[in-house]
Amino acid sequence: MNLLDTMWVLIAGLLVFFMNAGFAFVESGFVRTKNVVNVLAKNFIVFALSTFAFWTIGYSVMFYGGFSAIFYSAVNSLVGPENHKISEMAFFFFQLAFAGTAATIVSGAVAERIKFMAYIVFSLLLVAVIYPIVGYFLWGPGPLSRASFGFIDFAGSTVVHSIGGWEALAGVIVLGPRLGKYSGGKINAIPGHSIPLATLGTFILWLGWFGFNPGSELAFDEAVPLIAMNTNLAAIAAMLSATAVSWVKFKKPDYSLMMNGLLAGLVAITAGCYDVTPVGAFLIGLMAGVLLIFGVGFFDRIGIDDPVGATSVHLLNGVFGTLMVGFFSATDGMKGLFYGGGTAQIVKQLTGIGFTALVVFPASLIIWLIIRMILGVRVSEKEEIEGLDVGEMGTEAYNS
Amino acid sequence: MKKIEAIIRPDKLEAIVERLSELGYPGLTYTEVHGHGRQKGMKELFRGREYDIKFIPKVKIEIVVNDSKVEDIIDTIVNIASTGQIGDGKIFITKIEDAIRVRTKERGEGAI
Repeated sequence: MNLLDTMWVLIAGLLVFFMNAGFAFVESGFVRTKNVVNVLAKNFIVFALSTFAFWTIGYSVMFYGGFSAIFYSAVNSLVGPENHKISEMAFFFFQLAFAGTAATIVSGAVAERIKFMAYIVFSLLLVAVIYPIVGYFLWGPGPLSRASFGFIDFAGSTVVHSIGGWEALAGVIVLGPRLGKYSGGKINAIPGHSIPLATLGTFILWLGWFGFNPGSELAFDEAVPLIAMNTNLAAIAAMLSATAVSWVKFKKPDYSLMMNGLLAGLVAITAGCYDVTPVGAFLIGLMAGVLLIFGVGFFDRIGIDDPVGATSVHLLNGVFGTLMVGFFSATDGMKGLFYGGGTAQIVKQLTGIGFTALVVFPASLIIWLIIRMILGVRVSEKEEIEGLDVGEMGTEAYNS
Repeated sequence: MKKIEAIIRPDKLEAIVERLSELGYPGLTYTEVHGHGRQKGMKELFRGREYDIKFIPKVKIEIVVNDSKVEDIIDTIVNIASTGQIGDGKIFITKIEDAIRVRTKERGEGAI
């Protein structure tokens, strides 16, 4: 076992784990005071649910293609290439943190109206079934992986973020918009209760991404600094372009969209962070920030009420970032269109994106609909008006 | 006795209280309030959408004084609270029938 590599993967996993706090703060900042405890509780319980689901079934399905390693049984002690072998438990923890991220993406989009129990059941099914099946095909020993097919999704623009995004989209469709979002014949803004909390959350996610992407190398080698560099360049480019576009479009720099813009850049570079050049990363980020601004407006207009912008950040930019690898990849044998590789890599990227969409969106829609039939997904109108904190949780966020 | 109720911009409170205490006045209560006048609130931006802030945060000062001091206090408040812009606030004057000091049960002007 290479101790340095193992330690790096564990530390990176811890950074990714801490992204749960980032999501908790971003999402609670973007909702109203009366729903804060409910949003925090969803973000709090989701890592417990993810750990249980991934340990019992998910990990086995994803990396062993079946049930041979359920409950983390019959696994190897080491994984990885020669000279970079790491403890499989470190690998398990790192992958678990990713599965947890895919699950926690959903909670913001469905915030302020979903039943707590419906969210719990969905999260369990997501990490036990949907995420590992797609993960098996794209990241595990399955037929669409980088090694067997050439689909590049280095750290999970598709596997983590677009999965979370598709599930969120399905959830929002089944739930419907919050009361008051579309009342009075217009689309209404529902301002979040704490911009400082959302800012802290965004910074934590930014920090966490330096584990998310560079950690996905699964070794502490010469690729790690480039991945960190690319991650940051795309992030800041997207934040700057989102700031500029919102400033021109809305006459003021819209701060909550500036924060979303940063996250959009981080999501978009996650697929290609290993394979693109820093200039490529910067350009991908610039486009991601613009896409974010128009995405938020677009989803608002078609009736997809997503309080935190998860569909624009994780779904749109997860898909977009994965596709961009087909243009910007500089890796030998997998070069993108802009580096003389023709359209071959673009086709491979579209295959992975399409496969994920075709599995995850319908499956999530069906699961959400079944949950709606059996448990109900939406709180009562009275409870939604009074707030989920009192109705669902029996406690409020801010007491005197 | 008169009660002066002044609705002012919150950032003017400190300067007004400071100037009033130089002039000498019996006592003062302030409350954080929300409201609008003829300007009907203002617009803010969240996630690319404008929305109305119908009620703007203001501070209401209440002072009960002898009739002789009313004009001085009004002048002081108006001088400091005025910026010339919409939203400077309003002052209302009402007659007070009686006052009671809780500790001594004193009544009338002596109680304020």
